[in-house]
Amino acid sequence: MMTVDGATRVIPLKRPFALRRWFARTGWRHLVGIVMVVFSGFPLLYVLSASLNPQGTLTGSNQLFSRIGFDAYARILSTPEAPFGLWFGNTIIIAATTAILTVFLGALAAYSFSRMRFTGRRVGLLTLVLVQMFPQLLAVVAIFLVMSTISDLFPAIGLNTQIGLIMVYLGGALSVNTYLMYGFFNTIPASIDEAAKIDGASHARIFFTIILRLVAPILAVVGLLSFIATTNDFVVASVLLIDPDKQTLAVGLYRLVSNPNYADWSAFSAGAVLAALPVMALFLYLQKYIVGGLTAGSDK
Amino acid sequence: MRTDDTDASTTKPSKRHQRAAMIAEAASGGLKTILIKITLLGIVDAIALYGLFILFLQQQWIIFGLVAAVTLVVNWIYFTPGKLPAKYLTPGVIFLVVFQIFVVGYTAYIGFTNYSTGHNSDKAQAISALMSSAQERVPDSPTYAVTVLDQFGTLSFLVTDPNGEVSLGSADSPLSPVNNATIDGGEGVGLTGYTTLSFQDILSRTTEITALAVPFSDDPNDGALRTNDGSSAYLYLSSLVYDEQADTMTDAKTGTVFTDTGDGAFVSATGEEMLPGWRINVGFDNFARAFTEEGIRTPLISVTLWTITFAALSVATTFFLGLFLAIVFNDMRMRGRKFYRVAMILPYAFPAFLSALVWAGMLSESFGFVNQVLLGGAEIPWLTNAWLAKISVLVVNLWLGFPYMFLVCTGALQSIPAELEEAATVDGAKPWAVFRLIKLPLLLVSVAPLLIASFAFNFNNFNLIYMLTGGGPRDGAADVNVGATDILISMVYKVAFTGQARDYGLASAFSIIIFILVAVISVVAFRKTKALEELNR
Repeated sequence: MMTVDGATRVIPLKRPFALRRWFARTGWRHLVGIVMVVFSGFPLLYVLSASLNPQGTLTGSNQLFSRIGFDAYARILSTPEAPFGLWFGNTIIIAATTAILTVFLGALAAYSFSRMRFTGRRVGLLTLVLVQMFPQLLAVVAIFLVMSTISDLFPAIGLNTQIGLIMVYLGGALSVNTYLMYGFFNTIPASIDEAAKIDGASHARIFFTIILRLVAPILAVVGLLSFIATTNDFVVASVLLIDPDKQTLAVGLYRLVSNPNYADWSAFSAGAVLAALPVMALFLYLQKYIVGGLTAGSDK
Repeated sequence: MRTDDTDASTTKPSKRHQRAAMIAEAASGGLKTILIKITLLGIVDAIALYGLFILFLQQQWIIFGLVAAVTLVVNWIYFTPGKLPAKYLTPGVIFLVVFQIFVVGYTAYIGFTNYSTGHNSDKAQAISALMSSAQERVPDSPTYAVTVLDQFGTLSFLVTDPNGEVSLGSADSPLSPVNNATIDGGEGVGLTGYTTLSFQDILSRTTEITALAVPFSDDPNDGALRTNDGSSAYLYLSSLVYDEQADTMTDAKTGTVFTDTGDGAFVSATGEEMLPGWRINVGFDNFARAFTEEGIRTPLISVTLWTITFAALSVATTFFLGLFLAIVFNDMRMRGRKFYRVAMILPYAFPAFLSALVWAGMLSESFGFVNQVLLGGAEIPWLTNAWLAKISVLVVNLWLGFPYMFLVCTGALQSIPAELEEAATVDGAKPWAVFRLIKLPLLLVSVAPLLIASFAFNFNNFNLIYMLTGGGPRDGAADVNVGATDILISMVYKVAFTGQARDYGLASAFSIIIFILVAVISVVAFRKTKALEELNR
């Protein structure tokens, strides 16, 4: 005879759900999460709600999502003293050109520092590190005076021109970005370009067709960071760009909202939403790379 | 390759080597590359030549020399074989030198001048500006027939005097006779190399033409010709008389004598100053003012202290919140971590200048959301009370900055090997001890450089301050336009670019003080992180 007393024993597949234990382990984390989501998301919801409020004033924007309409968007796009469309276009042109040229000039310099040995290389690298400590905006007075001298001689690249502003940005961004790229270039094995050289490729061909493809991720990060930094710049842009038609979003929107007679908070919010959307979309889309790039500097 | 290059720099390659390298380069380069290279250099040279031409006309010899030298060097670098590093470095270096290194040096120079509103040109220009601003038409003076000419955007007058003699002059060059002018009806109407303005042109450039005063001769006391309609000009004489020997300016109406006392302006015996003055070197005057004048020294000290406090507190608050959140959300058992992560990155993705403007609206004293809705109609002066404004700035900066620290700390935590924690737990360490003694030190080593960078960034976080509070509330006791939340860089900006009197000299002196502060702080900080790294080694 066999007694099967073991069959009566029930082995529980899952421990019963205990709220207390769940809260102690992960529940409180959700609580923190909710608080932080409210803290970080709230101002953004507020702008969105204000931009959809057709009424306009700051007080009127306080009832969140009480009314929904796109009047404010129409207003910001058609105000003659605030040429929002031009500001938007200027910002994109200036930021994109600066980003592309910064990446290109920085990559050229980083390639030579990483792959070539020459007299002055150490001094050059050290200069790059030192220069980074003194951000360009500290010298904004001198930049303004230099640019006004240039515009006496060559009005096309002086004050109040996009080319002039882009040149200033290029000078300011190069040291940081070259150094960031230099670190990344060093992680690409030199044997790759040696092999190409033996096969008869010229230095230019190695650079453009091999190295630039291998370092594409850091190029994207540097380009994007430079784009965002340029979009956010107020100091240099506000000093160099004088005509409302020539200004960027940062300068134009600030001048608009800091004017005590301007009371159309909804229209400003609509402008803010329109201005932020492309940057935020780009940022969230590429966030993985950006986070990698932000911490890249700490490796060395 | 690296070792090869090191050798190449120490021992010169043989002729055979060089020839082989040249053949290899030529063989691999191809016609297309050479064409692109020549086209690009051609464009650069064309622009440079145009620039040199303009500089030659304007007689700017120093800049002319510099541009010519740079153009020659660039051509030499790209047209001779070898010099690879230079070929790759030159384009970037030019921008870096002009707009980063040169401007820093130029800041230092301006810091030692009195460059400001009313002192922004040289003495000769100041004298002619003074005299032309006091010009009045000489009663019953003869009428001069005038034709307005344009050359590269600069206007000139072609003047025919009552005797039929034709002469040419512009704002910078006094009238001088010309004999090759086109004459029509006894009047000069055109000149080779110049474009005669049509009636339409004259209408569209009226303000420019009526403002033009062409000096009658080298002596500013002889007066100048001006026109109201672009066809007839009259002699204008200044009510001021400049005496070159004594270097004095006399007001002919009142008889007051103004002398050059060496302060960059003509000053009368009673101390009345005549503006515009001119730019002079004032030595350490700006620094002396910053450190001795009560109305500047007190705000400078308080602004410096606040800048350091603001930067340090910003780093500390964002770092601790970011670290806390990184620990909280670094738990595999938790669901929805991805959602929280994206939601918390949003403030970082939102353009910073807009965030500050939006928060400024939300914190508005009588209309803002925080007071009206969250606090039920309270009138708390978030941005207009000195202490509350400081707190508001820090809170908004916490909102702006914690996502970055959260991302960085999450990355750093995840890169710490799990074995360390397991080993410690096996040895009987409590979670808090594991964190404090193992994770935190490792984390700090990898995050420390980023904390320094964050400190440096916040030290000059102009956008936040300027757009949230404008540096205010304003300090009424100060002689310069500064407020309770102003940091050094926003003070520089306000002194140099806002208000009626722009004081570039003083602002540059402040900039130099910031340079020195930043340098000292950086050196100390990097020493400390080095020590930290060696501690853990």
